[in-house]
Amino acid sequence: MNISEDTRTRVTLNEHGVDNVHSTDFPGEYPDFDDAWDFKKFKKNFRIDMIKMNDDELEFDMVGIDAAIANAFRRILLAEVPTMAIEKVHIYNNTSIIQDEVLAHRLGLIPIKADPRLFEYKSEGEDFSPEDTIIFQLKVKCTKNSQAKDTTDPDEMYKDHKVTTKHLKWIPMKGQDTIFKEGDLRPVNDDILIAKLRPGQEIDIRVFCNKGIGKDHAKFSPVATASYRLLPEIYLKSPVTGALAEKLQSCFSPGVIVIDTENGNKVARVANARKDTCSREVFRHDNLKDLVELKKVRDHFIFSVESTGILPPDILVEEAIKVLMKKCQDFILN
Amino acid sequence: MDDIEDIMRMDKEKLAAPIKTIEEKWKLLPAFLKVKGLVKQHIDSFNFFINVEIKNIMKANDKILSDADPNFYMKYLNIYVGMPDVEEGFNITKPISPHECRLRDMTYSAPITVDIEYTRGNQRIVRNNLPIGRMPIMLRSSNCVLNGKSPAEMAKLNECPMDPGGYFITRGTEKVILIQEQLSKNRMIVDTDTGRNRSIECSVTSSTHERKSKTYVSTKHEKFYLRHNTFTEDIPVAIAFKAMGMECDQEIVQMIGSEEEILTSVAPCLEECHRAQVFTQLQALQYIGQRVRQRRVWGGSKKTKVDEAREALHDIVLAHVPVVEWNFKLKAAYLALMVRRVILAKGEQVKGDDRDYYGNKRLELAGQLLSLLFEDLFKKFNSELKRIADMTIPKPRAAQFDIIKHMRQDQITNGLVNAISTLVAMRVMSILMSPPSPLSVSVKPGTSSKTNAISTGNWSIKRFKMERAGVTQVLSRLSFISALGMMTRISSQFEKTRKVSGPRSLQPSQWGMLCPSDTPEGEACGLVKNLALMTHITTDMEEDPIIRLAFNLGVEDIQLLSGEEMTSSRVYLVFLNGNILGVIRDHKKLVRTFRLMRRSGYISEFVSVCTNHTHKCVYISTDGGRLCRPYIIVQKGQPLVKQRHIEELTQGFRSFDDFLKEGLVEYLDVNEENDCMISLYESGITRETTHLEIEPFTILGVCAGLIPYPHHNQSPRNTYQCAMGKQAMGTIGYNQRNRIDTLMYLLCYPQAPLVKSKTIELIHFDKLPAGQNATVAVMSFSGYDIEDALVLNKASLDRGFGRCLVYRKQACTLKRYTNQSFDKVMGPMVDASTHKPIWKHEALDSDGICSPGERMENRQVLVNKWMPTVTMNPIQQSPTTQGPPQGPEYREVPITYKGAEACYIEKVLISSNPEEAFLIKILQRQTRRPEIGDKFSSRHGQKGVCGLIVPQEDMPFTDLGICPDIIMNPHGYPSRMTVGKLMELLGSKAGVLEGKFHYGTAFGGDKVCDLSEDLVKHGFNYLGKDFVTSGITGEPLEAYIFFGPIYYQKLKHMVLDKMHARAKGPRAVLTRQPTEGRSRDGGLRLGEMERDCLIGYGARQVYQT
Repeated sequence: MNISEDTRTRVTLNEHGVDNVHSTDFPGEYPDFDDAWDFKKFKKNFRIDMIKMNDDELEFDMVGIDAAIANAFRRILLAEVPTMAIEKVHIYNNTSIIQDEVLAHRLGLIPIKADPRLFEYKSEGEDFSPEDTIIFQLKVKCTKNSQAKDTTDPDEMYKDHKVTTKHLKWIPMKGQDTIFKEGDLRPVNDDILIAKLRPGQEIDIRVFCNKGIGKDHAKFSPVATASYRLLPEIYLKSPVTGALAEKLQSCFSPGVIVIDTENGNKVARVANARKDTCSREVFRHDNLKDLVELKKVRDHFIFSVESTGILPPDILVEEAIKVLMKKCQDFILN
Repeated sequence: MDDIEDIMRMDKEKLAAPIKTIEEKWKLLPAFLKVKGLVKQHIDSFNFFINVEIKNIMKANDKILSDADPNFYMKYLNIYVGMPDVEEGFNITKPISPHECRLRDMTYSAPITVDIEYTRGNQRIVRNNLPIGRMPIMLRSSNCVLNGKSPAEMAKLNECPMDPGGYFITRGTEKVILIQEQLSKNRMIVDTDTGRNRSIECSVTSSTHERKSKTYVSTKHEKFYLRHNTFTEDIPVAIAFKAMGMECDQEIVQMIGSEEEILTSVAPCLEECHRAQVFTQLQALQYIGQRVRQRRVWGGSKKTKVDEAREALHDIVLAHVPVVEWNFKLKAAYLALMVRRVILAKGEQVKGDDRDYYGNKRLELAGQLLSLLFEDLFKKFNSELKRIADMTIPKPRAAQFDIIKHMRQDQITNGLVNAISTLVAMRVMSILMSPPSPLSVSVKPGTSSKTNAISTGNWSIKRFKMERAGVTQVLSRLSFISALGMMTRISSQFEKTRKVSGPRSLQPSQWGMLCPSDTPEGEACGLVKNLALMTHITTDMEEDPIIRLAFNLGVEDIQLLSGEEMTSSRVYLVFLNGNILGVIRDHKKLVRTFRLMRRSGYISEFVSVCTNHTHKCVYISTDGGRLCRPYIIVQKGQPLVKQRHIEELTQGFRSFDDFLKEGLVEYLDVNEENDCMISLYESGITRETTHLEIEPFTILGVCAGLIPYPHHNQSPRNTYQCAMGKQAMGTIGYNQRNRIDTLMYLLCYPQAPLVKSKTIELIHFDKLPAGQNATVAVMSFSGYDIEDALVLNKASLDRGFGRCLVYRKQACTLKRYTNQSFDKVMGPMVDASTHKPIWKHEALDSDGICSPGERMENRQVLVNKWMPTVTMNPIQQSPTTQGPPQGPEYREVPITYKGAEACYIEKVLISSNPEEAFLIKILQRQTRRPEIGDKFSSRHGQKGVCGLIVPQEDMPFTDLGICPDIIMNPHGYPSRMTVGKLMELLGSKAGVLEGKFHYGTAFGGDKVCDLSEDLVKHGFNYLGKDFVTSGITGEPLEAYIFFGPIYYQKLKHMVLDKMHARAKGPRAVLTRQPTEGRSRDGGLRLGEMERDCLIGYGARQVYQT
């Protein structure tokens, strides 16, 4: 790879700093290279590879795109994909140890399994309506367990001493019961601890969920986190053999370097640079330092989206793309 | 010599083998803290007072006789302090818990009862358990209800098991009597360069139960003089000796010393004596009698000058040296020694004593201060009874005079309670710090407090000159650490204004006794100190058995010796608590035997013996207030504590006292430490080593113990953290939600620090933490982080980082007045048209008190209280209006909420206080989320305010997608040199990855290389620096970022409590100028420089209105 190619497409990790972090693909930046944006070229280079997906997590590669766009997706996932979350709490009775405001704050952070696309934003100053609000009731009273004897374990001594999300009961608003079935609207997890009670203490609360975005409050963020990293690349400038090869292997995450045996000689080979965590351990060893180059591919983003469970992660990405498209449209139209 | 044989028998390899380190010998520390240390000295001292000292005070003043009736007498047989209780009318008492006292504004006190025997007419009567007053009880002392309670029982009493105790509760507030530091009493101090002419003088502050006085031997024109406040001028020492019965010059010289240079120094003094024509004792006494300051003797027979002089020498000069049967020998010897010390210091053979040396200091604790106070009150009480008896007995009465009818309990009770509760308490001043003046004459007790006031007008001196100063303070409950820190605080008697560095600077003798880091900045710097973790303060002990032991061990009584034998170069003088006991020939054996006796438990473990070779003295001390700490004894190069002992300790077969009893560990006080060779570690043990340190981190105190890796920080940083740890919000105790304090700050989600220290575990900071582990990125961001400002992640705040609760109290009482009228609480006022309460009264219940859970806004009413307009005079029935009697007129005096932000009512307490008035306490609560300007600090004295709150998507993130909670500017490091903070970050990061807590204990802790290896193992960089992507551009940052968790404290200074602005507003009535201060919505001055700015900007018109 020639030098200009290298600075154009790779981020270099040195011992004490990172080089070529900024993208330079502007027209006329390099004399022998036309960097003007071209749709055809983009179409040819751009690709998305799904790597791993389950209910909550998604890992995919987005290749051939500028950092600004990739970052936009990340930012939108964090802050602008709407979800439903508890916004108003009406406290009728709270004799528990936990303060009303703290209780309300805790409730707010509970992820609510409700498709936000089926709801509308509640406008300021208007009453709750079935189109924009979900109501839950939390009514728990702790009592003594008369059967329990000779125990100091609160689980046995008291009934309902742990208020968890399973105690949240959906109260359908007018007409909501025709659209949603029992179990459609519920907290994502039913084992989140909200408060602890002791006999005689009681919580009687009605909570109101609204649609919102993560920008306003982190509780509306649909992801636990969404981020990306660049694809690492490791080059061995010269063959690394013998004990040095083993040392090299130990400097990287497991699976990055494999050791082949060629004519009884141990030779290190980069097997899967993707697995590397960029701990830059090689640079601590003077005899390995100069044998290795660490790089990252500038336009290869390994996205990782961890959903809170409200929506599947692939839908979240889809939604994020829609938000970005809407933004672009708004921008063009105005 | 058998130890040499022992060594010979050992094989060589065994000899050369390094001494094995005792694993986990720090486990001695929790065992020690169970029996002594931290606040135990307060409790021990108070226990000593109420169980022992109070009985001694009673015995010293046990008889009351009357001048009016020779047959009358009253005698105290015994005195007791009971258990705390409360009187609920008609002699019904009920035990009370400390928490009830806090809530109901009462005093946690117990009755003082006496058994007495007295005469009524011709009858002899014995009465038992007669109350004479009430004694405030120190929490967790032997008479406190909490004594010996289990945590579960404590919980029942609403008390936190972690609470240290050691304070008092008076009128609902918790009060601490700070430890007072002063120069030791009854010890000679040779001061070089004192006074105007930089002369050498030797001074002794004598302190006995009867009086305190200070005696000097000073030099003037190469001659020595005795100086004392009773004398109008300095007395030549030779004359003083002659007055004490040593008429022969040779005798005098022999007593001082017959070495050549001493002879030459003394000669001018003798000459002066001759010139004054004083040759006999009588002449000397006459000479002195002429110079005795006139005492106002009221009544009594006039004494001759000679008698006066004799009495002054007997009672006042060197009062602590006993004079038996007018035999002045001991006193003369003492005076001679003072002269000798001055001569030696002058010849620069011996250096003067260091006033700042900790062996010359004594710490006075609550028990000693209270006993002084009680003694005074008890004497006053008795003299009052005597006065009443004198007055009443001669009068013919129907009933016989019965003295117990005249015993007033309130005198002692109020005296004690007032002293503790009114911020200022009595303190004994070292009288003689001030130049001689009529003010500092000590007056005999009891006889003349009234007289003094009459004769001089404005000053009244009791037994000693008492000074008022901030001895007691309100226990700060800002955080658990602030409360604990206050219990270990020592305040010095030095004036804060004096610009001397000596008393303020760190003394080498403070090693291990006082924390080198924990002292305030500014004017009290170095004067207010804190105890180290293992320090214990002794209480007084009996002297008699020690005296007997000393004589049995070959000490020769001074009474039997001539002067020559005393000053012989072959003998050492033996002192006990500052008094000369005698001389010893083989001082080494004496000291060795004494130590042996102590180690085997025949004498108290707190007796200290040490030799001073320059003074040629052996000092034995049994007095209270000495600082001491335990050490492992080393013999023949081997520590006596072995691994198996520690194992037995962990298994619970052993306690700390067992170590003491078996002579494996002993207490050394500051003076004795000087006689010892103490090794810090096992590796440093040599043949000469006598002791081994238990754990080096115990040289730090409670507050400095929280800092991880303090030995890697620049020392002032640790000092700053010690001050800031006390302002950190968090938890204050398990009973925090039951308390109603004037101001209480709590953290919503407090966390135990990821990097702990042994001290943290010992004091249970991890159970009552004050801070949160924040993920910190050390990088520059946005420019809003200059000057130590921090950038916070908005999403972290949304999720509860730094969220705190502020509790505030409002209280009111409903009083009854002398004219039978009383305050009342009215229900809410109802709007006529809507039938709803008016806005101001929205939060009120039907009983007129706000209800819990209600939201209060500025100027809304908490309690709708009404007060009668006339409270003094009886209500006049106006003669014109006939008919049913009218009630008194009332006016509205509501308790309103004041505050910019709304608050909620947490709880309402309705109770009665000891004056039987209704007491209403309202606890208000505010939840606050961090905002720009709120103050945070790490545990390394690195404080900063929040400069910017950034949304999460703008925050930089690592490859794993981690965003920091806090971004800190790297410029905070180079100049502060807080390497400990860097190490804490590595420790926390490694701990998080491994799922365990790491240790950052001082002079130890987990090693950085181990922590870094852990990081590498988990795929992180060795140095803790991560590859980070900017959240704004989406491109990687050019630098690797030091990234990981650090324990951050939220400090109590918050913008909400400080912000203030005003355009128009209230003005002072008198001057019509704007009021001053934020609390009064005061004006802000637009000063000269601000004016210049406006003019410079060209907005002159703004200014000209």
